[in-house]
This record gives sequence, structure tokens and C-alpha cells, in this order.
Amino acid sequence: MASNRRVLPGFGLALGFTWIYLSLIVLIPLGAMILKTTQMSWGEFWSIITSPRAVASYRLTFGASFVAAVINAVFGLLVAWVLVRVPFPGKRLVDALVDLPFALPTAVAGITLTALLSANGWIGKPLAEMGIRVAFTPLGIAVALVFIGLPFVVRTVQPVLLDLDREIEEAAASLGASRWKTFWRVILPPILPAAITGFALAFARAVGEYGSVVFIAGNMPMRTEITPLLIITRLEEYDYAGATALGVAMLGVSLVLLLIINLLQTHTRPRAAA
Amino acid sequence: MASAVVTLTRAAAANVATDDPRWVRVLLLAAAFGFLSLFLVLPLVAVFCHAFSAGVRAYISAITERDAAAALKLTLLVAAIALPLNVAFGIAAAWAIAHFDFRGKSLLTTLIDLPFSVSPVVSGLVFVLLFGARGLLGPWLTGHGIRIIFAVPGIVLATIFVTFPFVARELIPLMRAQGSAEEQAALTLGASPLKMFLRVTLPKIKWGLLHGVVLCNARAMGEFGAVSVVSGHIRGRTNTLPLHVEVLHSEYQSQAAFAVATLLTLLALVTLVLKTFIERKSHIR
Repeated sequence: MASNRRVLPGFGLALGFTWIYLSLIVLIPLGAMILKTTQMSWGEFWSIITSPRAVASYRLTFGASFVAAVINAVFGLLVAWVLVRVPFPGKRLVDALVDLPFALPTAVAGITLTALLSANGWIGKPLAEMGIRVAFTPLGIAVALVFIGLPFVVRTVQPVLLDLDREIEEAAASLGASRWKTFWRVILPPILPAAITGFALAFARAVGEYGSVVFIAGNMPMRTEITPLLIITRLEEYDYAGATALGVAMLGVSLVLLLIINLLQTHTRPRAAA
Repeated sequence: MASAVVTLTRAAAANVATDDPRWVRVLLLAAAFGFLSLFLVLPLVAVFCHAFSAGVRAYISAITERDAAAALKLTLLVAAIALPLNVAFGIAAAWAIAHFDFRGKSLLTTLIDLPFSVSPVVSGLVFVLLFGARGLLGPWLTGHGIRIIFAVPGIVLATIFVTFPFVARELIPLMRAQGSAEEQAALTLGASPLKMFLRVTLPKIKWGLLHGVVLCNARAMGEFGAVSVVSGHIRGRTNTLPLHVEVLHSEYQSQAAFAVATLLTLLALVTLVLKTFIERKSHIR
């Protein structure tokens, strides 16, 4: 491929433009934020990111994201299975609809879920009569996060399931395994890495999510305030140091999650190809 | 006769082995449909029901009202600036990464994905810290009478940031898989680099490019978090459609908020249709 440099044109131009554009749009702005935290002492930084209000927001953000990602892992596997293995009319339509959360603006998802789940909404009303409140509680936040993370597990598991060789299942059955045992011992192991990758993607997306959550969250400090909202609150109070420290903390979490997802994907790919 | 029996039993065994019993299928279908109807279909229906809850006339007046029209115009403008820039970047990045070897290639590939893993709020925050009144370049910008934050340039920047990887991500694996044999043939036959790009490369990547553009556009027009941080929510001036939905919602104009939201919902549905069409046409996903 190195010889391409002599054959194909445009290497210098393409790579130069790529690095300059990447620096201007992504690297310099992110770098400036990190630089700003170096203006404060380590003690200041630490006291901001470990303040009780911040810690309460992490607990909520990570807790709700985890619950939502678990729900998405279970139902994502189910939906992927149904799309690949169970014949039913209108499959293409359902398959296309799964990507709706990627295409629908988060603000629309936010106001709609709030309207549906508030005490006089279509779903919220019967639930309220049973004594369950969803909107403006952590439960509502989890529901919004299930919505925005819904496609991830389906889309990571679906291709692996399509590639799965049915002859192995036949072999398992002919050796006397029950269908249930075949699922646990033969089908699940190869699709599990893909499901875990999907889970991680859904979790990472949920941790940073803002648009679909603010409407349904209630946004009470210490109770229903997610970390991204706390950053905005600090910014609106002109507490730039507070917003910056929390922003850097969130960036650190995103980077760690990105690293984990990259590792997961390099581990899944060879298996998926095999 | 004996062999026919064996074939029959084998067929039956294969059937039992790889197909679930009927009652299991019905149960799985019911659970999947229940989940998807609750989380996808019901919200879609709800948007339109709430939007038309006060009649067609109220709906039309909500989406043609002056601030809504201004928000629509701004949304289109922002997408019209962000999209071509990210397309140019995506093609350049994919060209370099897919066809050449150079140092720092895997680092570059990872960095391109970075904006997808950053919270939208942080994506907006970085520009406020850089260009805001108290930001690094704030005093200099104020001195020269340039406004970026709480103005259109900030909204454009934040939108470019959050939609940054879409086209590149689509084209890198595609160009890598396609290789460059046709391009090399075109050059050997005497085509200029520009002609090679327009006549050979562009037709080769057109479906992948279109797929990336459709997804990039949906996010550009629908972005809320990042844009919300830099916009300042000035009615009729710095409100995009999603921000206008929020403003109406917070003013308890629920029906108007949902009316404007139907525009964004239609955008999402058109996106899904185009996406499905492109995927079927080109076998990409």
C-alpha cells in the first residue's frame, strides 16, 4: 500500500486537510477544555467533581444508564432473534423501524415520552392509578434511555445471528441436546460478545444523553438531576470552573468507554468472521 | 424405502433442531412486538395525536407561525453548512486512510470517532469555553465585534462537531473493501486526478456516501443538547427546530410544541425510508 503514494494522487492534500479539520473542530476545542482545568489546583478540581450534588448526579446517570442498557440487552437479543429466525409478515417494516431512535431528534422523544408517562398521559394515568409514578422520577429517566439505546444491541447481534451456521445447532440436537440446552450452550456463546458490545454502546450513549432525558427527569438537584444537566446549570450560573471540571470528568469517562468498546470490537470481529 | 424413511426422519430432526416450537415462536413474537409497540409505535402515534388535538387549523397555524418558520429556516441553513464540510472531510479522510499507509493511522481513525462518544452537552461546552464571553478567545472576539456563542456560528460549529464522524465512518471501510485498482487503471489510461475522482471514485462510493449524508443530515437537523448549550435560545434568531420545540413545551404550549415536533418526526421517517432504500439498493448497512 505504501507504493500507492507514487501511483494514487492526493495523499498529502487528503491527509493534510483531514488533520487540520480534525484539529480545528475536535482536538483544539477539547484540548482547550482540558487546558482550562490546569488553571485550577488538583484540590479544587477534586472537590468539584466529588461534591455531593455531583456524586448524586453520577449515581443517577450511571444507575439509570445501566438499568436501561440491561433492558436493551435482553430485549435487543429478543428482537434480533425474531428478526432473523422467526418468519412474520411486515418484517422489513419492523426492521427499518428499529432505527427510529437514531433518526428521531431527542427533543421530540423527550416531550413525547413525557406526555405519554405523565400522570394524565396514555400510559402514565393507568400506572398512576396503580400508584406508580414514572415521569419526573429516575424510572422515567431509565425509560427515556431505553428508547435512545434500543437499536444498539439489535444491530450488533443481528449480523452475527445471520452468519451463525445452523448445522452446529443440528449437530447439537442430533447429539441429544434439548432446544433450550442448544440455545444456552451452542447459540448464546458466539452471539454473547456482540451482545456485550451492543450493551456497552447503549450504556455509553445513555451516560452522555441529554435531550430525551431533561424533559422527563424533573431535574431536582440530588434526586433527578443527571450529570449533563448539572454541567448546563453550572454554565448558566457562570461557574465556568465547575462546568469545566465536570465536563473533563465526563470526557474521561467517555474515553474509557470508547477504549473498552474498541477492545470489545477487536475481540468480536474475528469470531464474527469465522 | 429404508432410505426414504431415513431422509424423512432427518428432515424432521433438522426441523426440530433449528426451528423453535410453535408456541415459543408465538411467545417470542408477542414479547418483541409488545416491546417495540410500546417504545417505538406508541410514541410515533402520540406525536401526531397531540399535534392535531386542537384541530387542523391550530396545527397549521403552529407550524407556519413566524418563530417556527424562522427556526425551520435556521435548521436548514445550519445543515446546509455542516453537511458539505463533513462530506469533504469524510472523503478526504477515507481516501487517505483506506488507500495509503502512514504513521499514526490507527490513532487518526480513533480520533475521528471521538465526537460520537462525547456527551452532546460537553460538545457544546467546549465551544463556550473557547469562544464565550469569558472563554479563551472571548475578549479578543468581543473587541473585534465578532459573536460566535449565542449566535449562528456557534450553532454551526456545535452541529459540525456532533455530526463529524458520520461520512468518514461510512466511507473508510467501503473504500478499503473496494481497493484502488480502478483508480490506478484510470490514471494509467491518462485520466487527470480530478477526472479519476469524478468518473471513477465518486460513482464507486456514491451509495455509501449517500447513506452517510442521510444519517449526518438527520443528526444535524435534530441535534438538541450541543446546540442548546451554545444557542442562547433567542426566539426567531438562534432557535433551531428542536430548540423551538423545547421553548414551546416549557411555555406550556403543548399542542404547538407537538405540531413543530411532527416536522422533525417526518424528517426521521423520511430518513428511515431513504436509509432502507439505499441499503437495499447497495447491500450496505
